[in-house]
Amino acid sequence: MINFGYTFWILLIPFVMFVLLGLYGHKLKPKLSGLLGTAGLAIITILSYITAFKYFFTSEKVDGAYQKIIAFNHVWLQFTDKLHIDIGMLLDPISVMMLIVVSTVSFMVHIYSIGYMKGERGFERFFSFLSLFSFAMLGLVVATNIFQMYIFWELVGVSSYLLIGFYYEKPSAVRAAKKAFIVTRFADLGFLIGILILSFNTKTFDFVSLTDPNGISLMQGSRTAFLGLSVMTWSMIFVFMGGVGKSAMFPFHIWLPDAMEGPTPVSALIHAATMVVAGVYLVARMFPIYVFSAPLALDIVAYVGGFSSLFAAIIACTQTDIKRVLAYSTMSQIGYMMLALGVSKYGGHEGLGYMASMFHLFTHAFFKALLFLGSGAIIHAVHSNFMDDMGGLRKYLPITHITFLVACLSISGIPPFAGFFSKDEILAAAFEHNRFLFFVEWAVAGITAFYMFRIYFGIFWGKEREYHHTPHEAPATMTIPLIVLAIGAAFAGFLPFHDLITSDGKPFATSLDLAIAIPSVLVGILGIAVAWVMYKKESLLPDKLAATFKYSYKWAYNKFYIDEVYLFITKKIIFRFISYPIAWFDRHVVDGTMNMIANVTQNMSFRIREFQSGQLQKYAFAFVTGAITLAILFMYLWK
Amino acid sequence: MNYGIPMQYFLILAAIMFFAGVYGFLTRRNLITILMSVELILNSVNINFLTFNRYLFPHKMEGMFFSLFVIAVAASEAAVAIAIIINIYRRFATINVEDVDEMKY
Repeated sequence: MINFGYTFWILLIPFVMFVLLGLYGHKLKPKLSGLLGTAGLAIITILSYITAFKYFFTSEKVDGAYQKIIAFNHVWLQFTDKLHIDIGMLLDPISVMMLIVVSTVSFMVHIYSIGYMKGERGFERFFSFLSLFSFAMLGLVVATNIFQMYIFWELVGVSSYLLIGFYYEKPSAVRAAKKAFIVTRFADLGFLIGILILSFNTKTFDFVSLTDPNGISLMQGSRTAFLGLSVMTWSMIFVFMGGVGKSAMFPFHIWLPDAMEGPTPVSALIHAATMVVAGVYLVARMFPIYVFSAPLALDIVAYVGGFSSLFAAIIACTQTDIKRVLAYSTMSQIGYMMLALGVSKYGGHEGLGYMASMFHLFTHAFFKALLFLGSGAIIHAVHSNFMDDMGGLRKYLPITHITFLVACLSISGIPPFAGFFSKDEILAAAFEHNRFLFFVEWAVAGITAFYMFRIYFGIFWGKEREYHHTPHEAPATMTIPLIVLAIGAAFAGFLPFHDLITSDGKPFATSLDLAIAIPSVLVGILGIAVAWVMYKKESLLPDKLAATFKYSYKWAYNKFYIDEVYLFITKKIIFRFISYPIAWFDRHVVDGTMNMIANVTQNMSFRIREFQSGQLQKYAFAFVTGAITLAILFMYLWK
Repeated sequence: MNYGIPMQYFLILAAIMFFAGVYGFLTRRNLITILMSVELILNSVNINFLTFNRYLFPHKMEGMFFSLFVIAVAASEAAVAIAIIINIYRRFATINVEDVDEMKY
């Protein structure tokens, strides 16, 4: 047995950094606080890689399967013998993989931020929040029990809120932060209900006993039914609701595009690579329960994922703010991961979808973080988010151009870049279990290639715009992370994921199925070709197409009016028929009672304060009169 | 024991002095006069002490001592009160008690 006790530091260091920079950051020089935060993350990254190496290559296997290892566990809140909430570290293939993803991307984003945020007000605040986020995200992935996961789940929500609202003087940023927090919080309500139902029926919070395929907890509660579904199915649907909110799946996706108000490194870290995949991670973590006890909930996961990926891909084609395009692209790719989990079964080759989902999560973290950081470098150069203000930038930003191209090829699934391998596994898994979803995803692969190369050609080719000053390449602190991530985005696909991360911990053999790989590459190339024709040179073709499909274009451009639907439901229905009456009751009945008591008291005191005249002799008179009265009373009445 | 003067005469004197003092305390406006009224009240009490001591417990001395204490306290009280009155005079340029009504409401 190898000792993993030191993994404790992976959680402790970012927390200490957060407290340190949060409390004393303003006394340090901005540069020093940035370096401190980055150094902390560097240590965590090293520790994560050591942990991963030790876990995958030296830890003991039972029957060739990777075991779940509890590195440490501390009983935090003990209510009764059975009901206790623990804080601990659980190491298994997916949590170790997430450690690598989170620490690597977070480390890169820290380095990048030193350049990107230079001279900003609140530089040290930014790094302190980044540390808080790293702490919360790492705590989430290594959670030993579902309640610890929930706690850290909320913590990442808070740090996301803080970072979206980083420019708190901008009203739009404040609005976006509130929106993100409220929407995800609403979804988390479902998560909490799911946890409570689940734990009530299985009598445990612990992941190891919850997800043991041979355990009894899976069987319990699957009999009793409500509305025709078993209790387990209901609880897993509710748990998935939390994942839908965090992972910006339809219908809780509305916060993600607005979250792009935050600084770009934050978008890269939180809203592309790590936090938004927490929903996928959650489903993967509970996967045995989904497969064995709640197959219907798993179907819901698949269809929500599939629909979201198509829906987001269509919207992404029409947006002009590059960060918003990337946001919708993130939503679409997470849809892929959800779908892969949804079509997966348990064990061996049947669990291909599970492996593919984790694989895609891994590669997506690299290429999407790279895309966001690249777009940050572009925004840094031209001071605008809008594609209309960009064009012909390849001469000015050579490093950004090459790395961005790598990321675009990777997300479009062009071999040999990383995205090709993971996407191919997902399509293969979908093909085996659900042909309909396979064709949807196949089409989405083409749309993805189209919109990615639409922004690629629009930014780096096309006509040069009038720039305020000649765009210049970003400083080295920003380009080095780009290069590192580009290497990941290019070569991460060659990692032998099917040996390391599988649904039951045992390796299985996969092979490249040409019947699926060739069509998916072809559709990607087709998408690129269409984008090339439409956006390589300035042409009237896109406008013409938009005019031809006027209504569908308008719908997609306005994000299918989902925001408006939400506004209608909240403002016109919930506010008018529920909130306003409640507010009236609160203001007039609850507050009214209190105000009445206060008013009566005040009026009374105004009347009687005249007694307090300051006239010494009046007091003395009252005293003497009282004394005499009492004396008389005692004399005549007290017999 | 017959001392010539019956006991109630002393008590009546003390009562008259006491109520004269109370009346003066309540009606006079000059702080010095009020202080004098207080002295009247204290002295009426002294008379009571001495009377009761002499007529009821002639072999004991407590009443005498108590009135001695009262006299001492009255002296110190007068000193403090006059100090206060001087301060009031400096602050308000008056020793009329009706004008000293800052501590109201």
